[in-house]
Amino acid sequence: MLENKKVSKSPVELTKQDFVSDQMVKWCPGCGAHAILAAVANVFPRIGYRKENFAMISGIGCSSRFPYYVDTFGFHGIHGRAAAIASGVKIANPGLSVWVATGDGDSMAIGGNHFIHVLRRNIDINIMLFNNRIYGLTKGQFSPTTPMGSVTKTSPHGTIEHPFTVSGLVMGAQGTFFARVPDNNIKLMSEVMYEAAKHDGTSVVEILQNCVIFADDIHGEITNRQTRDDRQLFLRHGEPLIFGKNRDKGIMLRGNRLEVVEIGKDGITEDDLLVHDQYDTDPSIHRMIGRMKAPDFPVAMGVIRSAPADTYDELTQMQIETAKKTSDIQTVNDLLHSGNTWEIK
Amino acid sequence: MVKNHDVRELEDVVVKFVGDSGDGMQLTGTIFSDVAALSGNDLATFPDFPAEIRAPHNTIAGVSGFQMHMGKRKIYTSGDMCDVIVAMNPASLRANLKWAKPGATLVIDSSSFEGKAIEKAGYMENPLEDGSLDDYRVIKAPIADLTKESLTEMGIDKRMAARTKNMFVLGLMFFLFGRELDKPRAFLREKFAGKSDVIKANETAMQAGYDYGAKAEDIKYVFKVDPAPMKKGWYRNITGNVATAWGLLAASERSGRPLFLGSYPITPATEILMELSKHKSLGAKVFQAEDEIAGICSSIGASFTGSMAVTTTSGPGLSLKSEALGLAVITELPLVIVNVQRGGPSTGLPTKSEQSDLMQALFGRNGESPLMVMAASSSANCFEYAYLASKYSMEHMTPVILLTDGYLGFGSELFHIPDVNQMPRIKPPMADPNDPNFKPYRRDEKTLVRKWALPGMEGLRHRIGGLEKTNIDGNVSTDPLNHQLMVNIREEKVNRIADYIPLQEVSGDTTGDLLVVGWGGTEGALRSTVNRMQAEGHKVSHAQFNYIKPLPKNTRELFAGFKNIVVCELNSGQFVNYLRMLYPEFNYHQFNKVQGLPFHVQELTETFTKLLEEK
Repeated sequence: MLENKKVSKSPVELTKQDFVSDQMVKWCPGCGAHAILAAVANVFPRIGYRKENFAMISGIGCSSRFPYYVDTFGFHGIHGRAAAIASGVKIANPGLSVWVATGDGDSMAIGGNHFIHVLRRNIDINIMLFNNRIYGLTKGQFSPTTPMGSVTKTSPHGTIEHPFTVSGLVMGAQGTFFARVPDNNIKLMSEVMYEAAKHDGTSVVEILQNCVIFADDIHGEITNRQTRDDRQLFLRHGEPLIFGKNRDKGIMLRGNRLEVVEIGKDGITEDDLLVHDQYDTDPSIHRMIGRMKAPDFPVAMGVIRSAPADTYDELTQMQIETAKKTSDIQTVNDLLHSGNTWEIK
Repeated sequence: MVKNHDVRELEDVVVKFVGDSGDGMQLTGTIFSDVAALSGNDLATFPDFPAEIRAPHNTIAGVSGFQMHMGKRKIYTSGDMCDVIVAMNPASLRANLKWAKPGATLVIDSSSFEGKAIEKAGYMENPLEDGSLDDYRVIKAPIADLTKESLTEMGIDKRMAARTKNMFVLGLMFFLFGRELDKPRAFLREKFAGKSDVIKANETAMQAGYDYGAKAEDIKYVFKVDPAPMKKGWYRNITGNVATAWGLLAASERSGRPLFLGSYPITPATEILMELSKHKSLGAKVFQAEDEIAGICSSIGASFTGSMAVTTTSGPGLSLKSEALGLAVITELPLVIVNVQRGGPSTGLPTKSEQSDLMQALFGRNGESPLMVMAASSSANCFEYAYLASKYSMEHMTPVILLTDGYLGFGSELFHIPDVNQMPRIKPPMADPNDPNFKPYRRDEKTLVRKWALPGMEGLRHRIGGLEKTNIDGNVSTDPLNHQLMVNIREEKVNRIADYIPLQEVSGDTTGDLLVVGWGGTEGALRSTVNRMQAEGHKVSHAQFNYIKPLPKNTRELFAGFKNIVVCELNSGQFVNYLRMLYPEFNYHQFNKVQGLPFHVQELTETFTKLLEEK
C-alpha cells in the first residue's frame, strides 16, 4: 500500500508538467509509446512521491529511451538488464519508487533470466512491458511474443516459434502482480499503473503497444473501435466478469475451464459468473483469465493479479536491522579482532 | 618432550597433509597452522583440493591436501618442496611423493596400505615394503587401527572412531614438532562447542597420537622451529578471500557508503560472497544474483544509487560481465570488480591458479573502455588492496578491477591487524543537493572526476546510461567531436590516478645487473628467490607491481637503472607485452609458466642465474 511505503511524499502537489523532461521525444509519430508516456505523466503526480524519489530504469530498444523523457532520476542500461539494474537500485535504496521501461525483446528474450528472477524474488519495482510483438529499434525482426507464422525480416517464410504469453510467463515465475492494458486507453493505463505502484512487490503491466512501422495493427483484433467491446473484458476486483457492447456476456467457471456465456440465455444470471478476486494468493484462476484470447474469448484488461507476499527488499532490510541489534560485531575493527587472534608484545 | 629424543632445529619447514577427500586434511592442516602461529612462527598455507566434492574413495582424483610453511624467519610462500608429508592413504602418497625433498620425513598411515587401496592408487606393490621409500625417513603407524583401539576402550562407536584418525595423526605431528596439546585442545573445544562426545573423541585420539609418538621406536629425533621476529601488535591467520571481503567492509565503513555486493558463485571467488553474507550487522547488502551479468548489473544499479558497489568473480565470470563493465565506464560510476583468477580458457582449471586474465582486465571490452586495474600480491594484503581499490573507485568515479588469484584467495598467511580508523581517508565526490551548477558530466579540473549525485537528492535529477553523452550536460549525443572528447577524457581520467598512487618500490638497489619484475600473486616466490640471490652477492633487485593501469609514475625511471629486466608471470607473457607497448625502449626478458602451479624458487633461481651469466 502507498501509505506503508518508505518513499517520501512530495510536500507540494505536483502536476504532469513537473515530469516532462527537456529532451525531444524521438519515437515515431503514432507509436504507442507516446500514450504510455502520457499515462506516466498522469499517474506520477497522483502517486504523490517527491520527484527526486522516482527512478526510471530501462534496457535497450524503443521502449528503453523512456527515462530520457521523464524528469526524474533515470538510467538507460544495456540490452535485457533493466530488471537486474533496477533490483540493485531498489535493494540499495528502498526509499525510491523504481520503474522499469522495457519491451518484449528486452525482457522476454535477452533479459528473460532477470525477468523471471526479479518476479520470483518479488522486489518492489514496477515493470512497464511495452509489448509490440516485434523488434522495433533493430527494424522488424520477430520477438518472443510475435504470433506463430508471422512474416518478418528474419522470418521470411513465417515464424516457426511458439510465442510467450506475458501473463503466463509472469505467473509461471510466481509473479505477484500482473495487469494488462491496450495502448489506446490512457485512462485505464493510468489506473493500473497506480495499482502497480500500490502493490508491494514486482508489478508487471503489459501494454499492448502498436508499432506503426514494423507491426502496425498487431493488436488490431483486440483494440479496434468496431470490435473492442466484444474483444476486451475490463476486470474489477469483487465484480463478475462481464463484457460486450451491451454488457450481456460473461465468463463462467465450469469444471476447471472458463467459458463464455450469454447473460439471460439458458437461465444464466450474473450470479453464475466468475467473480474477480485479484488478491487471491492461488494463481490458478488468474492464469486462466490471463490466457483468454481472441477469437474464442475476450482479452482480460486491468489488474489480473495482485497477491500479497513478502518483498525481497523489505526482508533484506529486516535481516540487517536484526543483525545490527544482536551482533557483537558493530564495526570492522570488531570483526578484525573476532575469533582466533593473538598479540605479539 | 620425552628426553631421549634428539632435537633438530629448523629455520623453516614445509609440511603437507594429504589424504582422501573425506579424511579431514583441511581441518588437520588448519589446526596445525593455527598452533604454529600461536607459538610465534611466521607462516603461509595453501589447500590443494580436487574440483570434485568427493571423488571415488582411495583414488588419485580424490586426494585432498593442505600445505603449510612455517619458520623462525619471514615466510613469503607456502613452499615448494616438502620437508614432511603426512599421507593417510596410498593414493595421496603416490600423488605427492614428487613434492618430497630428498630425505624428507614421511608420516604414513600403514593400516590403509592394503590390497585394494594400493591397487586403486596405481601401485604394483606395497610401497611400504618394496624399498621404494628407502631414501626417506618413514614413520609408519597403523593410525586408523590405533585410533579405533584407543576410542573403543572409551565406548565410542566405530564410525566416530574412523572419523577421528586425523586427530591421531595431528597428535603425532605435535609430538614430532615438540608442541604441547593445550592450544589444539582449545581449538577443538571451540570448533565443536556443544558436542561433548565429538570433543572427547577428538581429544582422546589426539592424545593417543601424541603418546604413540613418544614411544615409537622409529622416531629418533624431533623438530624444533623457534618463533620468528614479528612486529608488535595483534595478529590472526587469514585467507586472501576473507581478507578481500574484510577490506571491502573496511572501505565501506571509512567512506560512509553502504556496501552492496551483487555476485554469483564461482570457484575460486565464492568465499568472498559467503564471507560478506555473514556481515549484515555491518550493513552489507549481499545479493546472490541469478547469473554473473545480474551480479554486475545489480551492482551498477546500487552504485547509481550511492552504494559502494562490488561484484566478485573469476575469469569466465569476468567474460560475462564485459558488456556491463563498459556501462560502468561510460556512466563513470564507481564499481569494484574482484577477479580471483584461475586457469583458463573456458572452465579450464577451476581450482588452480593462473595470472592469465590480465589482458582481459585491461582490454576485454568493446570500444575504448579504460578502467583502473590493480592486483593484490599476498593473501594478507588482499585486505589493503581491496580497501584501496574501493577508495580509488569512489574517489575517481571509475570501475576498478582488482586481480587476485586462486593461490592468494585459498592460501593463508599471518595478518598484522590494522586499526581501520588509521587507514587512509576515503572521500567520495558527493554532489550537494540543490547545487545550481550540477551537471552530470561537469568535472573536477584536476582529476576530471564528475560528481556522484544520488537519486533522492533534491535538485539533481539527471539521466545517464550506455549511450554516449555530451560532456558536462550529459545529453545523448552522436556528435563526432564530442565522442572524441569523451573518449579522451575517460582515458585521461584513469591515467591521472597515477598522481594519487604510490611510486613503485624496489626490493634491493635501484640499479644493478638484473631487475626481476612481477605483478600480483607471484610476489612471495619472486621475493624469496631474489632475497636469496642478493645474500649471495648478486646485483639483482625485485619490483612487484600492484598498480597496473595506471602504472606508477616512476616505472620508466626504475627500469632504466638495470642492465637486464626479466618479467615473470603465470601466463604466456601478458604483462611483459603491456610493458613493451608502453615502454618499448627497454629490452625485456620473460619467464612464463602456465601449469596451474605457482613459481618454484629453484626454477626462478636457475633462470635468473643464467641471465646474470649472460650479462
